[in-house]
Amino acid sequence: MSELMPVILALTILISGVAGAAVLTWFERRLLGVWQDRYGPNRLGPLGIGQVVADMIKLLFKDDWIPPFSDRVVFIFAPTAIVVAMMMGFAVVPFAPGMMIIDVNIGLLFFLGMTSLAVYSVLLGGLASNNKYALLGGLRSAAQMVSYEVFMGLSLMGVVMMTGSFSLVDIVEAQTEVWFCFTQILGLIVFVIAGIAESHRLPFDLPEAEHELTAGFHTEYGGMKFAMFMLGEYLGLMLISCMIVTLFFGGWHGPMFIGDWLPPFFWFSFKTFIVICFFVLLRAAIPRPRYDQLMSLGWKVMLPITLVNILITGAALLWIEGVA
Amino acid sequence: MQTAESMVHSQVEEGLYRQFGREQFTVQPTADSILTLWVPRALLSDILRFLKPQFSMLYDLFAIDERTRENRSGQPAADYTVVYQLLSMERNDDIRIKVGLSEPDLSLPTCISVWPNANWYEREAWDMFGVVFDGHPNLYRILLPPTWEGHALRKDHPARATEMAPFEMGPERVAKEQEALRFRPEEWGMEKASDDSEYMFLNLGPNHPSVHGVFRVALQLDGEVIVDSVPDIGYHHRGAEKMAERQTWHTYIPYTDRIDYLGGVMNNLAYIQSVEMLGGIVVPERAKIIRIMLAELFRISSHLVFYGTFVQDVGQMSPVFYMFADRERLFGIIEAITGGRMHPAWFRIGGVSQDLPEGWDTMIREFIDYLPARLDHYDKMAMQNKMLKERTVGIGVYTKQEAIDWGITGPGLRATGCDWDVRKKRPYGGYDQFDFDVPVSHNGDCYDRAELRIEEIRQSIRIIRQCVDNMPGGPYKSDHRLTTPPPKERTMEDIETLIHHFLNVSWGPVVPTGEASVMIEATKGINSYHLVSDGGTNSYRTRIRTPSFPHLQQIPLISNGLMIPDLIAIIASIDFVMADVDR
Repeated sequence: MSELMPVILALTILISGVAGAAVLTWFERRLLGVWQDRYGPNRLGPLGIGQVVADMIKLLFKDDWIPPFSDRVVFIFAPTAIVVAMMMGFAVVPFAPGMMIIDVNIGLLFFLGMTSLAVYSVLLGGLASNNKYALLGGLRSAAQMVSYEVFMGLSLMGVVMMTGSFSLVDIVEAQTEVWFCFTQILGLIVFVIAGIAESHRLPFDLPEAEHELTAGFHTEYGGMKFAMFMLGEYLGLMLISCMIVTLFFGGWHGPMFIGDWLPPFFWFSFKTFIVICFFVLLRAAIPRPRYDQLMSLGWKVMLPITLVNILITGAALLWIEGVA
Repeated sequence: MQTAESMVHSQVEEGLYRQFGREQFTVQPTADSILTLWVPRALLSDILRFLKPQFSMLYDLFAIDERTRENRSGQPAADYTVVYQLLSMERNDDIRIKVGLSEPDLSLPTCISVWPNANWYEREAWDMFGVVFDGHPNLYRILLPPTWEGHALRKDHPARATEMAPFEMGPERVAKEQEALRFRPEEWGMEKASDDSEYMFLNLGPNHPSVHGVFRVALQLDGEVIVDSVPDIGYHHRGAEKMAERQTWHTYIPYTDRIDYLGGVMNNLAYIQSVEMLGGIVVPERAKIIRIMLAELFRISSHLVFYGTFVQDVGQMSPVFYMFADRERLFGIIEAITGGRMHPAWFRIGGVSQDLPEGWDTMIREFIDYLPARLDHYDKMAMQNKMLKERTVGIGVYTKQEAIDWGITGPGLRATGCDWDVRKKRPYGGYDQFDFDVPVSHNGDCYDRAELRIEEIRQSIRIIRQCVDNMPGGPYKSDHRLTTPPPKERTMEDIETLIHHFLNVSWGPVVPTGEASVMIEATKGINSYHLVSDGGTNSYRTRIRTPSFPHLQQIPLISNGLMIPDLIAIIASIDFVMADVDR
C-alpha cells in the first residue's frame, strides 16, 4: 500500500490540480466581481460555478488553429511545457506529514528548477507565433523572468540557512515554533514579489500586458492551446501560493495561538487559499509598472534587499551559535 | 453688421489694410460678427504670416464648395473657398481669412510652416474637395481610403449609396484594396534601418485594446523604444458633414450627438447655438439653465469614462468599474429627464425638447451629494498610487507654446498653464451667471491632464448645484417662428399657427442666409459648427471643428523616444473619441 501511495497521490494532484485551476478561474472572477462592484459569472449553476464547465466545453470545441506563418512544432510544444513544468513542481510540495509525492533533500532546488523551465514556454510561444506583439511579449518575459529568478532563489537562502536543509519537509518542521514569515520577513517580501513575476500575473503581467501588447506572447493562441497557457498560469499561481505557505507560513502547522488540533491538511489548504485571495486582490488593486521600471526595481531594490537579508541571517545565526 | 465687437477687430483690420492695401480685401458680414476677410490667393501666404504674431492658433481650416450656392452677394467669385479661422488667446479674438479658388486651378500654398497643425487640415481639404496645397509634404487622403474615387464633400459627389452604381467587390477590386493596405515604411516617411540596426514596424491599431476605438499608429521601433510614430485616422469616418447637407436643420440634431459620442447633448449645444445665431433666436432663461445643467452632467459622464479608462490603460484593473457604476447612476438621471442615455438628442432649436420632469431636482441633488466623496476615494485609489505616478508623471510633456502651435484646446491646453476656457472667456448660453473656477496645472504631462479633468468634474458639480438651486421658471422653448417643433398650444385655435406648425415640422424651418459658428467648451476641448445657410431648409455646408482632431496630430511630437507603454499612457491621457476625430 505504501508503495502505491505516491502514485495515488500523484494522480490525485494531477486531477485536482487541473480541476483546481479551472475552479480558480471562476473563483477569481467572482472575487474580482465582489471587489469591483459587479457580479462576475453568476448564471450557470449555483453561484455561477457551472461557468467553469461552459468555458471548458467552449475551449475544447474551438477550432484548433495553428497559424500558417508560425513554427509549427515549437508552437504546439510551448503551451504544454508550462503545464508540465508547473505540475512537476507540485511533486515536492508537502501538503501534510507524509502526504507528498516525493521527499527529496533538494526539494527547494527542484521547485526552483521547475519554475525556471516554465519560462521557456512563454519565450518559445512568443517566438514561434511569428507575431510582433508575441515577440515583444516573449522578449519581456525573457528579461523579466531571468532577472526575477535570481532574487527568487536568493530570497529563499535565508530560510535554507535557518533550516540547514533544502528539504521542504525539514523546512516545515523547522517552523513548528516560529514561522519564517516573522524571522525572514525580507525574504518573504522578495519571494512574494518574485513569485508574482514568475507567474506573470498583474501587476507583473508585462509579457501579456493586454493594454500594450494585445495579448502578448499568446496573441496567436486559441482553443485548447490557449487553455493550456491559462492552466499553466493558474497552476503557477497555486504552486507559488503553496510554496509561500510551505516556506514562510509554517506549511501544515496551525497558527501558534490555536495549535495543531485541526488536521494538518486543512491548515495547509486554508493558508494556501488565503494567499491565493491575496494574489487576486493584488491583481484588482495595482497598476502595471513599465518594463524598464520593473527591471530597475528588480536590480536596484530587490537584489540589495535579498543580499542584506542573507547577510543579516548569516550574522544572526553565527551570533546565536556563539552565544550558545 | 456694426457691433461693439467689430470695433475690437478694427485694429487688426487697420493693420492689414496698412500693410497690404485696402483694395485687396473684401469684408464679408457674418451672423457671428467674426471679422471675415476675402483675400487674393497671391497674398495669402504673406497675410497669414503677417497675422501669425497676433493669432497664434490655427483654429480651423476647411473648404466650401460654392458652385451651387445661390445667395452669396457681396462675396468675390469662387468655385471653392478655403477658410482659415484663426484664434488669438491673448486678445480673445478671432479672424476668418477666405480665399476663393476657381475650378481648373484649385491650388494654393501650404501654411504648415506658419502653423504646424495645418498639415492634417490641408490633407482633409484635399481629400474632401480636391484642393491642392502646394508644398505640402504628404498630401495623401486622410479620412477616406486611398482607393476612394472623387472628393466626397463636393456638391456633385453622391451622398447616398443609392445614387451610385451597386458596389461590387470582385477579385480585381480585392487585389487593389489589398495592395493599398500594404505597409511601405517609406510612404510613411520612415526608414527601414539605421546604420547599426534594423527597425521593427509595429502596427498599433486600428484594432487594439488601448486605442479607444479605431485609431491606428504605425510605430517604428528600436527594441521597445519608439523611434517614430505616424498616426493614421479615418477608420471611423461616417460623413457627418455630408449628411448635414441632406438633413433639415432640425433633423440633423441626432447626428451631432454621435460626433463626440461621450459628450451627448454637449454636441447639440454647439450645433444649436450656431443655428440660433443664424436665426437670431433668443433662448429663454429656463432653457438656457437646463441646457447648461445637462451639458455639465455630460461633462462629468465623459470625464468619468476618461478617468476609468486612463487608469485602466496604465494597468489598474478595478477603478474603471467604479467609475462606470457612477456613470450608470448619472445615465439614470439623464434617462429620467430626456428619455435617452448616451445620445438623447434633446436640445431643440430655440430651447429644449421637454420641460424637466417632476422630482428631477432630488435626483440630481442626491447624485451631486454622492459624487464628491467617491472622487476622494478614487483619488486615493488611483491618482495617489505611486506606480501610476511613475507611469505618468513627466510622460508626454508639451509646453504651452507647443499646445497652441498644434491647436490643442480644452484640458490638454489648460494642463500647460494656460487658463483658456470658453465658458469663462466667452460665456455662451448663460455661463456668465455661474460661479466656478477653471482648473489649471503646469507640467503638461499625462498625470496633470488626468488630474485636471478630475478637478473639472468637481467644478461641474458646483455648476450643477447652482443650476438646481436657482432654476428659473418660465418657458423651456423660445417663442420664435424658427423654434422647432413650434409651441403647439394654439395650433388648434388659429389657422396661422397651424400652418406654421405644419410647415416647420414637415418641411423644416428655413434659416436665414448667412454664416456663423459658435465655440463651446466641449468635454474634450473647443468644439464648433461652422454653418453656412443658403436660405433653405438644410445647411449648405456644415463644418464641424472638433477638438480631438488636432490632439491626435501631435502624438508623434510627444511620444517619439519613449516606450510603447508610455505611448499607451499618452493616448489614454489625451481623451479622444474617434468619432470626434473622423466625424
